[in-house]
Amino acid sequence: MKFYAFHLMPYRVLDLAGAAKYRSPWVALPNEFYDPAKGADLYREYIEQMVFAAKLGFDGICVNEHHQTAYGMMPAPNLLASILIERTRDLDVKVAILGRALPLVSNPLTIAEEFAMLDNISKGRVITGFVRGIGSEYHTMGVNPIFSHDRFHEAHDLIVRAWSEKGPFAFEGEHFNFRYVNVWPRPYQKPHPPIWIPSQGSRETIDWAADPKRKYPFIITFAPLATVLKNHQLYKEAGGKHGYEVSGDQLGWALPIYVAETDEIAKRESGRHVEALFNSFLRMTPEMLFPPGYTSMESFLTIMAARKGTAFKAQTVDELLALGTFICGSPATVRAKLEEAHAQSGYKKLICMLQFGTLPDELVRKSTEMFAAEVMPKLRTL
Amino acid sequence: MTYQSEHITVNGARIHLRRAGSGAPLLFLHGAAGVTAWLPYFEELAKTRTLLVPDHPGFGESDTPAWLFGIGDIAYFYLDFIDHLGLSELDIIGHSLGGWIAAEIAARNAGALRSLTLLAPAGARVKGVLSGDVFMWSPEERANNLVHAPALAAQMLAAAAANPDQMKAQLKNSYGAARLGWQPRFFNPELQRWLHRINIPVQLIWGENDKVLPVEFAKAWTDALPKARLTKLPQCGHLPHVERTAETLAATQAFLREVAA
Repeated sequence: MKFYAFHLMPYRVLDLAGAAKYRSPWVALPNEFYDPAKGADLYREYIEQMVFAAKLGFDGICVNEHHQTAYGMMPAPNLLASILIERTRDLDVKVAILGRALPLVSNPLTIAEEFAMLDNISKGRVITGFVRGIGSEYHTMGVNPIFSHDRFHEAHDLIVRAWSEKGPFAFEGEHFNFRYVNVWPRPYQKPHPPIWIPSQGSRETIDWAADPKRKYPFIITFAPLATVLKNHQLYKEAGGKHGYEVSGDQLGWALPIYVAETDEIAKRESGRHVEALFNSFLRMTPEMLFPPGYTSMESFLTIMAARKGTAFKAQTVDELLALGTFICGSPATVRAKLEEAHAQSGYKKLICMLQFGTLPDELVRKSTEMFAAEVMPKLRTL
Repeated sequence: MTYQSEHITVNGARIHLRRAGSGAPLLFLHGAAGVTAWLPYFEELAKTRTLLVPDHPGFGESDTPAWLFGIGDIAYFYLDFIDHLGLSELDIIGHSLGGWIAAEIAARNAGALRSLTLLAPAGARVKGVLSGDVFMWSPEERANNLVHAPALAAQMLAAAAANPDQMKAQLKNSYGAARLGWQPRFFNPELQRWLHRINIPVQLIWGENDKVLPVEFAKAWTDALPKARLTKLPQCGHLPHVERTAETLAATQAFLREVAA
């Protein structure tokens, strides 16, 4: 198994009570809640946390993209990736951008260019991720969610072709058209950097990622364990339908994890911070999360039916632990839970969110260190 | 009296069309929420006219054709639709999104058209005046912002709750509306540059308490249209034909008689 330390870089010093008076920390929360003096310190703290994880032997460190929200301070993740690449240049560590939201840009060639630059600067240590962005970002970025899937697929095709075909060539799409595609620099890795697909899970995405032309690692994010396992199973079935056996390297799981001396200490130290992640930073209305077209109508009706009664309701740490959306505990407990899930699905990529919600620096470092020393080594052979 | 329901195929798209009454043709183009009921406004209009009430492509029982990317496609579709039905001397009434579509049709080719009646039309804006965001509001907020009278909003919410099947229909209509009006939000700068091309009589009817498309937007139309008049309705939100049926009907019929004369 391989281990990746993932960061959202939330504005963790947010006035949660004040923010609760607004519709959501996405779109609506006034940016006067952001204090640049505190934010500047947070960037420093978070960069150091990621370098710390790299030095502790994680296989990769991961950043991601979110816009106009207290949930994550990385509207331009490649800026952070470029700092991290330089700070880890003597280490054998990947820098993963999980991911860029392809439909949200009007010119996906800039994404092809920036990733190619990072791939060269890092001499091939870059992993790229392609996502569609969160529903709220179709409100804030002024992009029509009806065309989200179409734009994603077109932008993907454009970027992969720009990386792997001889230029200049013309790209002719419905949403994107370019007379000259001739990206300099070419990517360092051959034929191009790995592409991972972080997703909340939809059958369309799984079938597309599992296609033998792609075989993109599928990373199911922030979901109950049952959903994670179900999606891994669907991916394996999709591979089977295509006539090949899916490898564990194609299956990933991204979740918040906290390790401490005992189960009791772990829950006490992390509980309110993980609750802040799910109940404060991720608080969104259905209108934000699922704008028209972001999902198919069928998926939307299924999702709303599944959430009926528990729709968009706060979850306690105990509920999150029971669902397996969050794992915390002693090293032995955390290890056992990860092993148990591995026994069921065979996943080999674990994307650990070691800072989450309001979790302060000293606890992040303690948990990261314990995870690296006492959880990772025994799971490496899986 | 009620309507006849039929399906016609225009440019490969199967379209649901309601037809009522007899006499000179009158086309009603619905707003973003679609046609969820056969309204008293329709009933009255059909007493003297052949009233045609289609579901737009992407809405209601109509197909969502592969060629439907935006408002321009809908406008050209309706020019095909008018040809297909052999309509001429056509009066169009358009509400909100439907008013925008009516203007897009007329700006391209008003040859078969006699007049436009635009009920709180989308399509043009006045900078500095923000429209309401129907895509951000919860169902409760939407009902309360659509109409002026809270009792009417409560009645609309109760009717929706009593009919869960409507959720699916409403969902399709919201997808249709987003396709046409998500970005920019329910206006088209290009249309606004060419509004002066609409050289037929236009009546604008607007609720003074419209929280979706504020009545201040009327200026964008009256300034640009060569033959426009504005009727403002007090104590009225975004659905003048529903909330102020009698007044809207009177203004509509007076205008239609005038342009027919």
